[in-house]
Amino acid sequence: MSVDRRTFIKAAPAGIAVLITSSAVAPAAADEQQGAPQALAYTYLRPSEGAFVERLADHMVPADALSPSGNELGIPVYIDRALSSGWGKGERVYLQGPFLEGTPNQGYQLALTPARLFRLGTEATLQYAQQTYGKRFNQLAPEDLDDLLHRLKDGRAELTSDVPSGEYFNLLYALVREGLFADPAYGGNRNKAGWRMLDFPGVIESNKRNIARYRNRPYRVEPISIADVSGWTGQP
Amino acid sequence: MRTHKEVDVVIIGMGWTGGIIAKELAQAGLHVVGLERGGSHTTQEDFAVPWIRDELRYSVRNELMQDLTRTTVTVRNNVNERALPMRKLGSFLPGEGVGGSGIHWGGLSLRWTDQEFKLKSMTEQRYGKAQPSDGLLIQDWGISYDELEPYYEKFEYMAGVSGVAHNVGQRRAVGAGPAGGNPFEAARRRGYPLPALDTGLAGELFNAAASSLGYHPYVTPMARASQAYVNPDGVAFGECQYCGFCGGYGCEVNAKGSPHHTMIPLAQREANFELRTHAWVSKITQDAGSKRATGVEYTNLASGQTHFQPAAVVVLASYALGNVHLMLLSGIDTPYDPVSGNGVVGRNYAYQAGTGVALFFENQLFNPYMNGGLTSLDDFNANADFDRSQIGAIGGSVLYAGASQGLPIGARALPQGSSLWGSAWKQQTTQWFPRTMTIAAHSSTMANRWNYLDLDPTYRDALGQPLLRMTFDYSENERKLTRHSAGILNQIAAQLNPTHRTQAKAAQSWSVEHYQSTHNTGGTIMGADPHTSVVNKYGQAWALDNLFIAGASVFPHDAAYPPTLLVSSLAYHTADAIKLRYARHQRGLV
Ligand SMILES: Cc1cc2nc3c(=O)[nH]c(=O)nc-3n(C[C@H](O)[C@H](O)[C@H](O)COP(=O)(O)OP(=O)(O)OC[C@H]3O[C@@H](n4cnc5c(N)ncnc54)[C@H](O)[C@@H]3O)c2cc1C
Repeated sequence: MSVDRRTFIKAAPAGIAVLITSSAVAPAAADEQQGAPQALAYTYLRPSEGAFVERLADHMVPADALSPSGNELGIPVYIDRALSSGWGKGERVYLQGPFLEGTPNQGYQLALTPARLFRLGTEATLQYAQQTYGKRFNQLAPEDLDDLLHRLKDGRAELTSDVPSGEYFNLLYALVREGLFADPAYGGNRNKAGWRMLDFPGVIESNKRNIARYRNRPYRVEPISIADVSGWTGQP
Repeated sequence: MRTHKEVDVVIIGMGWTGGIIAKELAQAGLHVVGLERGGSHTTQEDFAVPWIRDELRYSVRNELMQDLTRTTVTVRNNVNERALPMRKLGSFLPGEGVGGSGIHWGGLSLRWTDQEFKLKSMTEQRYGKAQPSDGLLIQDWGISYDELEPYYEKFEYMAGVSGVAHNVGQRRAVGAGPAGGNPFEAARRRGYPLPALDTGLAGELFNAAASSLGYHPYVTPMARASQAYVNPDGVAFGECQYCGFCGGYGCEVNAKGSPHHTMIPLAQREANFELRTHAWVSKITQDAGSKRATGVEYTNLASGQTHFQPAAVVVLASYALGNVHLMLLSGIDTPYDPVSGNGVVGRNYAYQAGTGVALFFENQLFNPYMNGGLTSLDDFNANADFDRSQIGAIGGSVLYAGASQGLPIGARALPQGSSLWGSAWKQQTTQWFPRTMTIAAHSSTMANRWNYLDLDPTYRDALGQPLLRMTFDYSENERKLTRHSAGILNQIAAQLNPTHRTQAKAAQSWSVEHYQSTHNTGGTIMGADPHTSVVNKYGQAWALDNLFIAGASVFPHDAAYPPTLLVSSLAYHTADAIKLRYARHQRGLV
């Protein structure tokens, strides 16, 4: 990490540059890499759902030269927390009836919160996998899993419980992407590996000069997350 | 119901328009109460770094936007369909809380001209009856560019607009002005308060390609301060950091012009202004003879208690859709009926049409999180020589070029045939994330007989009132305009010669899913004739002299340009009318 990334310049409203130095940044990043992984518990996912998202996370985001695997990145943890949060409980979704099927242009019309859609959709998908491939979901070959995901995405998988498979797929896909790319504070994107993969610099961006200096040139810096500059440490 | 003491003015909504009117009238010594359904917002508490730089919280989960569990709209494409509620946010994102959508807007600030205000007469003059306007409800607005010019200037200086002026003082020929200016702009008394933003590599490439095709690209004027700035009200702006967290976010250095750090604190300095948050207005009340508004009823969302606030003047500033909704709920003036064509409230609803392309370059690094300014092109909009009879449509299209979305969750553009997951997808995403630029075209939408707003017969809000029902689709005019602009986009994209590119297509049918723009217009339109409009050019309601409406609901049609510079300038115009003229005579101003 270069020195000028450890500090950032915040232009104050009056135009006076205030230099904020965060001593926490470099050591925190280093600790994360060395320390033993901390065990985390699910607070929404049921056992079959936990196993399902774990398989899905590694299938969609496999370990390779670009990043560790979806599980090493914490994607299942992100999904569990998202579904048990206010967002998962539908805190901003209009859920008054009557519930009727609309045209595609009328958008989401299910009577379900994201967490309920996940639960019903996953239950039905596990069943569908068993019927279609004659195997338990976790024993599916990678080609079968690809095929299953495409069927869901295209709305070709007829799921019991009337969950439209395309809508369910959209939820799964969004959750995996968010677990890969949202700020690590939400439980995924561990060690900012999703951001590292894209060379996304994170939250501290003062690009007034960079936009000219790095025009058509690679810009590679240690990404910075919310916790890196303002994290709770338990220390007074 | 708790009844308060009567005040001079009650304002419904504390966004851009409500904020401007509150500040102007409070400083003029009137006793003003501002009612806002959401909570307060301050830069220090709500938009501080690093917490504001949270894509999940603000772009994905839309924390600053309207809470749909309280109220939403129902939508359908035409009168034969059954309208269903917009259950999740998508196509447009109205704000909530002090500052309204003025907190999370993108700052593009373009001056609408007589091309819009005299749409009907200028179109007929130029094209005669040759131009098809079947079923379109086009009309002149009853206001002119010259009347608004001082107010445009006022907003540009107040909100810290950065740009290059072309036509200061005298009329300059196309090609004669400074680099980066819009050669088609209307004459202006003063230039912009701040120099243009850096448009980055995407701007550079677009400029070269568009110029080589004979077009006239210019730097988009934006209310993002390119340098530290103190506006004429004494409000200090920080310098834009090109941080990439702009539209959808509050700005931590107050570089983006927003009402919560400009207008509203200035109003709050006056002892005769009072701001009440969590105050959800459900009705404008009238006297027995329906001659005057008497005040407003609202619910305190913290306690559930209902209140009545009497006022000598009521200002409706609750965003375009909120304005129409409250007029219908309050039974003011006549609701529009598309079958008979009678009535005015809800008439002329419009919503911007658009199309776009993504360009992928193996050898260009845009580093899109360094969020440069945009580059525009007005050859097919403000350019009066653009011959609309070639495409058989009314209106025009403006183009915007820039780097692609620089935030990782939202950045999804990949060349056709790319994977959706797995190692191949990761490799493609990694390769194209920094190497993509986009060009979009926004086109005008003409009002037509069948696009309108009324009350939904079935669905209700959290207070049990009917939701607003939106019946809307693009008409042949928008299809022609967007087919034409798609052709221009594809031509420029080909000239840029990227490794891969998508194809722009004409707009087909409007969908409530996926963000398009928060440019909803019409429903309480301005005009010179009370039979075809709801307000006069001062925003004063024909039905009730002491009711004024601010916001894009007063636009008779939607232009290619975005709405905010115009709605804000009209708000200044309305504030002047109230304090200089109405306060003295207390009657119709026209
Ligand atoms: C992501 C985004 C980007 C945008 N970018 C641009 C741009 O680049 N250029 C441009 O020109 N425009 C842009 N806009 C549009 C711009 O934000 C609006 O045009 C502008 O804010 C409208 O001002 P207003 O005062 O009419 O409404 P608002 O600023 O939205 O204020 C309305 C206020 O009224 C309150 N309210 C509503 N109903 C009630 C009620 N019943 N009781 C009490 N309070 C109520 C709301 O909570 C809100 O605070 C953008 C919008 C969005 C969402």
